[in-house]
Amino acid sequence: MANKPRVKLPKSAKAGEIVQIKTLASHDMETGNRKDKKGNKIPRLILNKFSCSFKGEELFGATMHPSVSANPYIAFSITAKESGTYDFTWTDDNGEVTKVSQDMSVS
Amino acid sequence: MNFKTIITTIAVLGTGITLAACQMDAYQAPNPNGSELWSGYKTATAETRAMQDDDFANPGMPMVDSAAALYNKKDGEANMSCADCHGAVDDPKGGSKGLPMKGVSARYPVYDADTKKPINVELRINKCRTKYQKAKEYKYESDAMLGMTGLIALQSRGIPMMSTADNPSDELNAAWKAGEAFYYERRGQLNMSCKHCHEDHQGELIRAEVLSQGQSNGFPTYRLKWSKLGSLHRRFRGCNGNIRAEPYGYGSDEYLNLETYLAWRGRGLPMEGPSVRK
Repeated sequence: MANKPRVKLPKSAKAGEIVQIKTLASHDMETGNRKDKKGNKIPRLILNKFSCSFKGEELFGATMHPSVSANPYIAFSITAKESGTYDFTWTDDNGEVTKVSQDMSVS
Repeated sequence: MNFKTIITTIAVLGTGITLAACQMDAYQAPNPNGSELWSGYKTATAETRAMQDDDFANPGMPMVDSAAALYNKKDGEANMSCADCHGAVDDPKGGSKGLPMKGVSARYPVYDADTKKPINVELRINKCRTKYQKAKEYKYESDAMLGMTGLIALQSRGIPMMSTADNPSDELNAAWKAGEAFYYERRGQLNMSCKHCHEDHQGELIRAEVLSQGQSNGFPTYRLKWSKLGSLHRRFRGCNGNIRAEPYGYGSDEYLNLETYLAWRGRGLPMEGPSVRK
Protein backbone atom coordinates (compact mmCIF):
# COMPACT_ATOMS: atom_id res chain seq x y z
CA MET A 1 0.00 0.00 0.00
CA ALA A 2 1.37 3.41 -0.96
CA ASN A 3 -0.17 5.23 1.96
CA LYS A 4 0.00 3.84 5.47
CA PRO A 5 -3.41 2.73 6.78
CA ARG A 6 -4.90 4.76 9.60
CA VAL A 7 -5.85 3.11 12.87
CA LYS A 8 -7.55 4.79 15.79
CA LEU A 9 -7.88 3.07 19.11
CA PRO A 10 -7.94 4.65 22.58
CA LYS A 11 -4.55 5.02 24.29
CA SER A 12 -6.00 3.71 27.54
CA ALA A 13 -9.16 1.94 28.69
CA LYS A 14 -10.62 0.34 31.80
CA ALA A 15 -10.72 -3.44 32.04
CA GLY A 16 -14.00 -4.76 30.69
CA GLU A 17 -14.75 -1.53 28.86
CA ILE A 18 -16.07 -1.78 25.31
CA VAL A 19 -13.87 0.33 23.03
CA GLN A 20 -14.38 1.27 19.43
CA ILE A 21 -11.60 0.80 16.91
CA LYS A 22 -11.61 2.55 13.54
CA THR A 23 -9.43 1.63 10.59
CA LEU A 24 -9.05 3.19 7.16
CA ALA A 25 -6.91 1.56 4.51
CA SER A 26 -5.89 3.28 1.32
CA HIS A 27 -6.39 0.93 -1.63
CA ASP A 28 -7.80 1.04 -5.17
CA MET A 29 -9.77 -2.22 -4.70
CA GLU A 30 -9.59 -3.04 -8.41
CA THR A 31 -12.58 -5.33 -9.01
CA GLY A 32 -11.26 -7.24 -12.02
CA ASN A 33 -14.35 -6.30 -14.04
CA ARG A 34 -13.01 -3.10 -15.53
CA LYS A 35 -11.22 -2.78 -18.83
CA ASP A 36 -8.41 -0.45 -19.77
CA LYS A 37 -8.41 1.86 -22.81
CA LYS A 38 -7.27 -0.97 -25.12
CA GLY A 39 -10.10 -3.25 -23.94
CA ASN A 40 -7.94 -5.59 -21.87
CA LYS A 41 -9.27 -6.65 -18.50
CA ILE A 42 -7.56 -5.03 -15.54
CA PRO A 43 -6.68 -7.90 -13.21
CA ARG A 44 -8.40 -8.04 -9.86
CA LEU A 45 -6.41 -6.59 -6.98
CA ILE A 46 -8.31 -6.06 -3.77
CA LEU A 47 -7.64 -6.33 -0.09
CA ASN A 48 -9.35 -9.61 0.62
CA LYS A 49 -8.65 -10.00 4.31
CA PHE A 50 -8.53 -7.79 7.36
CA SER A 51 -7.61 -8.94 10.81
CA CYS A 52 -7.14 -7.43 14.24
CA SER A 53 -5.16 -9.59 16.64
CA PHE A 54 -3.74 -9.43 20.11
CA LYS A 55 -0.78 -11.64 21.10
CA GLY A 56 -1.41 -13.83 18.08
CA GLU A 57 -5.09 -14.37 18.84
CA GLU A 58 -7.55 -12.95 16.31
CA LEU A 59 -10.10 -10.62 17.92
CA PHE A 60 -11.85 -9.46 14.79
CA GLY A 61 -11.56 -10.49 11.17
CA ALA A 62 -13.21 -9.69 7.87
CA THR A 63 -13.15 -11.26 4.43
CA MET A 64 -13.68 -8.74 1.67
CA HIS A 65 -15.00 -9.27 -1.84
CA PRO A 66 -14.88 -7.19 -5.03
CA SER A 67 -17.95 -5.10 -4.23
CA VAL A 68 -16.23 -3.41 -1.30
CA SER A 69 -15.47 0.15 -2.34
CA ALA A 70 -12.03 1.72 -2.61
CA ASN A 71 -10.28 2.77 0.61
CA PRO A 72 -12.22 0.39 2.91
CA TYR A 73 -13.20 1.84 6.27
CA ILE A 74 -13.78 -0.76 8.98
CA ALA A 75 -14.97 0.12 12.46
CA PHE A 76 -15.71 -2.42 15.19
CA SER A 77 -15.81 -2.79 18.96
CA ILE A 78 -13.83 -5.02 21.28
CA THR A 79 -13.78 -5.57 25.02
CA ALA A 80 -10.57 -4.27 26.57
CA LYS A 81 -8.94 -6.96 28.70
CA GLU A 82 -5.15 -6.61 28.75
CA SER A 83 -2.54 -3.95 28.06
CA GLY A 84 -0.38 -4.57 25.05
CA THR A 85 0.12 -4.21 21.34
CA TYR A 86 -2.75 -4.67 18.97
CA ASP A 87 -1.83 -5.76 15.44
CA PHE A 88 -3.86 -4.89 12.37
CA THR A 89 -3.17 -6.59 9.05
CA TRP A 90 -4.53 -6.21 5.55
CA THR A 91 -3.82 -8.87 2.93
CA ASP A 92 -4.20 -8.22 -0.79
CA ASP A 93 -4.68 -10.63 -3.71
CA ASN A 94 -0.92 -10.78 -4.36
CA GLY A 95 -0.39 -11.92 -0.79
CA GLU A 96 1.17 -8.61 0.23
CA VAL A 97 0.54 -7.97 3.92
CA THR A 98 0.41 -4.49 5.41
CA LYS A 99 0.74 -4.39 9.15
CA VAL A 100 0.11 -1.61 11.65
CA SER A 101 0.59 -2.02 15.39
CA GLN A 102 -0.65 0.20 18.18
CA ASP A 103 -0.50 0.03 21.95
CA MET A 104 -3.39 0.32 24.38
CA SER A 105 -3.00 0.27 28.15
CA VAL A 106 -5.79 -1.34 30.13
CA SER A 107 -6.15 -0.61 33.83
CA MET B 1 -30.37 80.24 10.42
CA ASN B 2 -27.19 81.83 9.20
CA PHE B 3 -25.46 81.17 5.91
CA LYS B 4 -22.95 78.69 7.39
CA THR B 5 -25.67 76.44 8.85
CA ILE B 6 -27.47 76.34 5.51
CA ILE B 7 -24.29 75.22 3.77
CA THR B 8 -23.75 72.50 6.42
CA THR B 9 -27.36 71.35 6.11
CA ILE B 10 -27.03 71.07 2.34
CA ALA B 11 -23.78 69.21 2.73
CA VAL B 12 -25.33 66.77 5.23
CA LEU B 13 -28.36 66.26 2.99
CA GLY B 14 -26.04 65.76 0.05
CA THR B 15 -24.12 63.06 1.89
CA GLY B 16 -27.40 61.40 2.79
CA ILE B 17 -28.50 61.36 -0.83
CA THR B 18 -25.16 59.96 -1.98
CA LEU B 19 -25.37 57.24 0.68
CA ALA B 20 -28.89 56.35 -0.39
CA ALA B 21 -27.76 56.22 -3.99
CA CYS B 22 -24.92 53.90 -3.03
CA GLN B 23 -27.32 51.61 -1.25
CA MET B 24 -29.57 51.57 -4.31
CA ASP B 25 -26.56 50.70 -6.47
CA ALA B 26 -25.75 47.83 -4.18
CA TYR B 27 -29.33 46.66 -4.41
CA GLN B 28 -29.37 46.80 -8.18
CA ALA B 29 -26.24 44.73 -8.53
CA PRO B 30 -26.91 41.64 -6.43
CA ASN B 31 -24.27 39.14 -5.49
CA PRO B 32 -23.69 36.92 -8.55
CA ASN B 33 -24.14 33.92 -6.26
CA GLY B 34 -27.74 34.83 -5.42
CA SER B 35 -29.08 35.52 -1.96
CA GLU B 36 -27.04 32.89 -0.13
CA LEU B 37 -23.47 31.64 -0.31
CA TRP B 38 -23.25 27.87 0.03
CA SER B 39 -20.89 25.01 -0.71
CA GLY B 40 -21.65 21.47 -1.88
CA TYR B 41 -21.67 20.40 1.76
CA LYS B 42 -25.22 21.77 2.02
CA THR B 43 -26.67 19.39 -0.55
CA ALA B 44 -24.46 16.38 0.27
CA THR B 45 -26.14 13.34 1.81
CA ALA B 46 -25.90 12.78 5.56
CA GLU B 47 -23.46 9.89 4.99
CA THR B 48 -21.12 11.99 2.87
CA ARG B 49 -21.23 14.82 5.39
CA ALA B 50 -20.41 12.40 8.21
CA MET B 51 -17.32 11.29 6.26
CA GLN B 52 -16.17 14.88 5.93
CA ASP B 53 -16.96 15.80 9.54
CA ASP B 54 -14.85 12.99 10.97
CA ASP B 55 -11.25 13.56 9.89
CA PHE B 56 -10.50 9.96 10.61
CA ALA B 57 -13.16 8.60 8.29
CA ASN B 58 -12.30 11.10 5.56
CA PRO B 59 -10.83 8.82 2.88
CA GLY B 60 -8.66 11.62 1.50
CA MET B 61 -6.68 11.74 4.71
CA PRO B 62 -4.26 8.80 4.18
CA MET B 63 -2.86 10.76 1.23
CA VAL B 64 -2.56 13.83 3.47
CA ASP B 65 -0.74 11.71 6.07
CA SER B 66 1.80 10.66 3.43
CA ALA B 67 2.26 14.28 2.44
CA ALA B 68 2.90 15.22 6.07
CA ALA B 69 5.89 12.86 5.96
CA LEU B 70 7.04 14.44 2.67
CA TYR B 71 6.72 17.89 4.23
CA ASN B 72 9.38 17.03 6.81
CA LYS B 73 11.59 15.05 4.42
CA LYS B 74 14.73 16.72 3.08
CA ASP B 75 14.70 16.69 -0.70
CA GLY B 76 16.51 18.02 -3.75
CA GLU B 77 20.05 19.24 -4.31
CA ALA B 78 19.60 21.88 -1.61
CA ASN B 79 18.72 19.08 0.83
CA MET B 80 15.92 21.11 2.37
CA SER B 81 12.49 20.16 3.61
CA CYS B 82 9.38 22.33 3.62
CA ALA B 83 9.71 22.49 7.41
CA ASP B 84 13.17 24.11 7.14
CA CYS B 85 11.56 27.34 5.94
CA HIS B 86 7.97 27.09 7.14
CA GLY B 87 8.37 25.33 10.48
CA ALA B 88 5.94 22.62 11.52
CA VAL B 89 2.94 22.58 9.22
CA ASP B 90 0.53 23.57 12.00
CA ASP B 91 2.88 26.18 13.53
CA PRO B 92 0.93 29.46 13.51
CA LYS B 93 4.21 31.42 13.56
CA GLY B 94 5.56 29.55 10.54
CA GLY B 95 9.02 28.72 11.85
CA SER B 96 11.97 31.10 12.15
CA LYS B 97 11.21 32.81 8.83
CA GLY B 98 7.60 33.53 9.73
CA LEU B 99 5.98 31.74 6.77
CA PRO B 100 3.01 29.93 8.28
CA MET B 101 0.83 27.54 6.28
CA LYS B 102 -2.26 28.70 8.13
CA GLY B 103 -4.58 30.68 5.87
CA VAL B 104 -2.55 30.04 2.71
CA SER B 105 -5.29 28.15 0.88
CA ALA B 106 -7.87 30.78 1.84
CA ARG B 107 -5.68 33.53 0.40
CA TYR B 108 -4.57 31.86 -2.81
CA PRO B 109 -4.40 32.30 -5.80
CA VAL B 110 -2.12 35.32 -5.46
CA TYR B 111 -0.14 37.39 -7.95
CA ASP B 112 3.22 36.03 -9.03
CA ALA B 113 5.56 38.87 -9.93
CA ASP B 114 7.91 36.53 -11.83
CA THR B 115 5.35 35.29 -14.33
CA LYS B 116 2.99 38.30 -13.99
CA LYS B 117 0.15 35.80 -13.64
CA PRO B 118 -1.90 34.34 -10.79
CA ILE B 119 -0.24 31.45 -8.97
CA ASN B 120 -2.20 28.80 -7.10
CA VAL B 121 -1.09 26.51 -4.30
CA GLU B 122 -0.10 23.69 -6.66
CA LEU B 123 2.16 25.88 -8.79
CA ARG B 124 3.51 27.57 -5.68
CA ILE B 125 4.57 24.20 -4.26
CA ASN B 126 6.39 23.44 -7.50
CA LYS B 127 7.99 26.88 -7.48
CA CYS B 128 9.31 26.20 -3.97
CA ARG B 129 10.57 22.80 -5.12
CA THR B 130 12.50 24.10 -8.10
CA LYS B 131 13.64 27.42 -6.66
CA TYR B 132 14.59 26.52 -3.09
CA GLN B 133 14.76 22.74 -2.77
CA LYS B 134 16.22 22.40 -6.29
CA ALA B 135 14.16 19.25 -6.63
CA LYS B 136 11.97 17.83 -9.37
CA GLU B 137 8.49 19.30 -9.72
CA TYR B 138 5.54 17.22 -8.63
CA LYS B 139 3.20 16.27 -11.45
CA TYR B 140 0.03 18.34 -11.17
CA GLU B 141 -2.41 15.53 -10.38
CA SER B 142 0.05 13.20 -8.64
CA ASP B 143 -0.59 11.71 -5.21
CA ALA B 144 2.24 13.76 -3.69
CA MET B 145 0.83 17.02 -5.06
CA LEU B 146 -2.76 16.23 -4.04
CA GLY B 147 -1.66 15.19 -0.57
CA MET B 148 0.45 18.32 -0.15
CA THR B 149 -2.33 20.68 -1.27
CA GLY B 150 -4.67 18.75 1.04
CA LEU B 151 -2.26 19.16 3.93
CA ILE B 152 -2.01 22.91 3.29
CA ALA B 153 -5.78 23.27 2.84
CA LEU B 154 -6.25 21.50 6.17
CA GLN B 155 -4.38 24.33 7.91
CA SER B 156 -6.98 26.81 6.61
CA ARG B 157 -10.07 24.90 7.77
CA GLY B 158 -12.83 27.31 8.73
CA ILE B 159 -10.96 30.42 7.59
CA PRO B 160 -13.11 32.43 5.15
CA MET B 161 -11.89 32.65 1.57
CA MET B 162 -10.64 36.10 0.77
CA SER B 163 -10.15 38.01 -2.45
CA THR B 164 -10.08 41.64 -3.47
CA ALA B 165 -9.36 40.87 -7.11
CA ASP B 166 -12.41 42.87 -8.28
CA ASN B 167 -10.65 46.05 -7.15
CA PRO B 168 -9.09 47.76 -10.23
CA SER B 169 -5.96 48.53 -8.20
CA ASP B 170 -5.47 44.85 -7.32
CA GLU B 171 -2.65 43.13 -9.18
CA LEU B 172 -4.94 40.21 -9.95
CA ASN B 173 -7.60 42.42 -11.52
CA ALA B 174 -6.67 41.55 -15.12
CA ALA B 175 -6.83 37.83 -14.33
CA TRP B 176 -10.09 38.36 -12.47
CA LYS B 177 -11.62 40.07 -15.50
CA ALA B 178 -10.43 37.27 -17.79
CA GLY B 179 -11.85 34.74 -15.35
CA GLU B 180 -15.18 36.51 -15.28
CA ALA B 181 -15.28 36.55 -19.08
CA PHE B 182 -14.51 32.80 -19.07
CA TYR B 183 -17.30 32.18 -16.57
CA TYR B 184 -19.94 33.87 -18.71
CA GLU B 185 -18.65 32.68 -22.08
CA ARG B 186 -20.55 29.95 -23.89
CA ARG B 187 -18.43 27.00 -24.96
CA GLY B 188 -18.56 23.42 -26.18
CA GLN B 189 -21.08 21.58 -28.36
CA LEU B 190 -23.76 22.18 -25.74
CA ASN B 191 -22.97 25.90 -25.98
CA MET B 192 -23.19 26.49 -22.26
CA SER B 193 -21.30 28.74 -19.87
CA CYS B 194 -20.55 28.15 -16.18
CA LYS B 195 -23.33 30.60 -15.38
CA HIS B 196 -26.08 28.51 -16.96
CA CYS B 197 -25.72 25.77 -14.36
CA HIS B 198 -24.08 27.35 -11.36
CA GLU B 199 -25.81 30.73 -11.33
CA ASP B 200 -29.18 30.26 -13.04
CA HIS B 201 -30.00 26.75 -11.82
CA GLN B 202 -27.96 26.31 -8.64
CA GLY B 203 -29.62 23.99 -6.14
CA GLU B 204 -31.85 22.49 -8.84
CA LEU B 205 -31.68 18.98 -10.21
CA ILE B 206 -29.79 18.04 -13.36
CA ARG B 207 -31.14 14.53 -13.79
CA ALA B 208 -30.41 12.98 -10.38
CA GLU B 209 -27.66 15.40 -9.35
CA VAL B 210 -28.05 18.67 -7.48
CA LEU B 211 -26.29 21.54 -9.23
CA SER B 212 -23.85 23.24 -6.90
CA GLN B 213 -23.01 26.90 -6.71
CA GLY B 214 -19.63 26.00 -8.17
CA GLN B 215 -17.59 27.15 -5.20
CA SER B 216 -13.93 26.27 -4.81
CA ASN B 217 -13.62 26.30 -1.00
CA GLY B 218 -13.56 22.49 -0.56
CA PHE B 219 -10.65 21.65 -2.85
CA PRO B 220 -8.75 19.40 -3.03
CA THR B 221 -11.82 17.28 -2.60
CA TYR B 222 -12.25 13.55 -2.19
CA ARG B 223 -14.88 12.57 -4.72
CA LEU B 224 -16.38 9.14 -4.19
CA LYS B 225 -16.59 8.85 -7.99
CA TRP B 226 -12.86 9.48 -8.35
CA SER B 227 -12.13 7.45 -5.20
CA LYS B 228 -9.20 9.78 -4.49
CA LEU B 229 -8.48 13.42 -3.88
CA GLY B 230 -8.78 15.65 -6.92
CA SER B 231 -7.73 19.18 -7.71
CA LEU B 232 -9.92 22.11 -8.71
CA HIS B 233 -8.49 21.97 -12.23
CA ARG B 234 -9.55 18.35 -12.54
CA ARG B 235 -13.07 19.47 -11.67
CA PHE B 236 -12.86 22.25 -14.29
CA ARG B 237 -11.76 19.69 -16.87
CA GLY B 238 -14.66 17.43 -15.91
CA CYS B 239 -17.14 20.29 -16.22
CA ASN B 240 -15.74 21.35 -19.59
CA GLY B 241 -15.87 17.77 -20.83
CA ASN B 242 -19.49 17.43 -19.72
CA ILE B 243 -20.57 20.33 -21.89
CA ARG B 244 -18.49 18.79 -24.70
CA ALA B 245 -15.85 21.46 -24.78
CA GLU B 246 -12.14 20.77 -25.13
CA PRO B 247 -10.74 20.95 -21.58
CA TYR B 248 -7.71 23.13 -20.94
CA GLY B 249 -4.55 21.78 -19.33
CA TYR B 250 -3.78 21.46 -15.64
CA GLY B 251 -2.37 24.77 -14.41
CA SER B 252 -3.25 26.53 -17.68
CA ASP B 253 -3.72 30.30 -17.78
CA GLU B 254 -7.45 29.94 -18.51
CA TYR B 255 -8.03 27.83 -15.41
CA LEU B 256 -5.79 30.03 -13.23
CA ASN B 257 -7.89 33.04 -14.23
CA LEU B 258 -11.08 31.12 -13.50
CA GLU B 259 -9.68 30.01 -10.14
CA THR B 260 -8.94 33.66 -9.33
CA TYR B 261 -12.48 34.63 -10.25
CA LEU B 262 -14.04 31.77 -8.25
CA ALA B 263 -12.02 32.75 -5.16
CA TRP B 264 -13.69 36.15 -5.43
CA ARG B 265 -17.16 34.67 -5.92
CA GLY B 266 -16.68 32.47 -2.88
CA ARG B 267 -15.15 35.15 -0.62
CA GLY B 268 -16.50 34.70 2.89
CA LEU B 269 -17.13 30.96 2.58
CA PRO B 270 -15.18 29.00 5.19
CA MET B 271 -12.53 26.63 3.81
CA GLU B 272 -13.47 22.94 3.98
CA GLY B 273 -10.57 21.20 2.30
CA PRO B 274 -10.00 18.34 1.99
CA SER B 275 -13.75 17.88 1.67
CA VAL B 276 -15.77 14.80 0.68
CA ARG B 277 -18.27 14.89 -2.15
CA LYS B 278 -20.30 12.46 -4.19
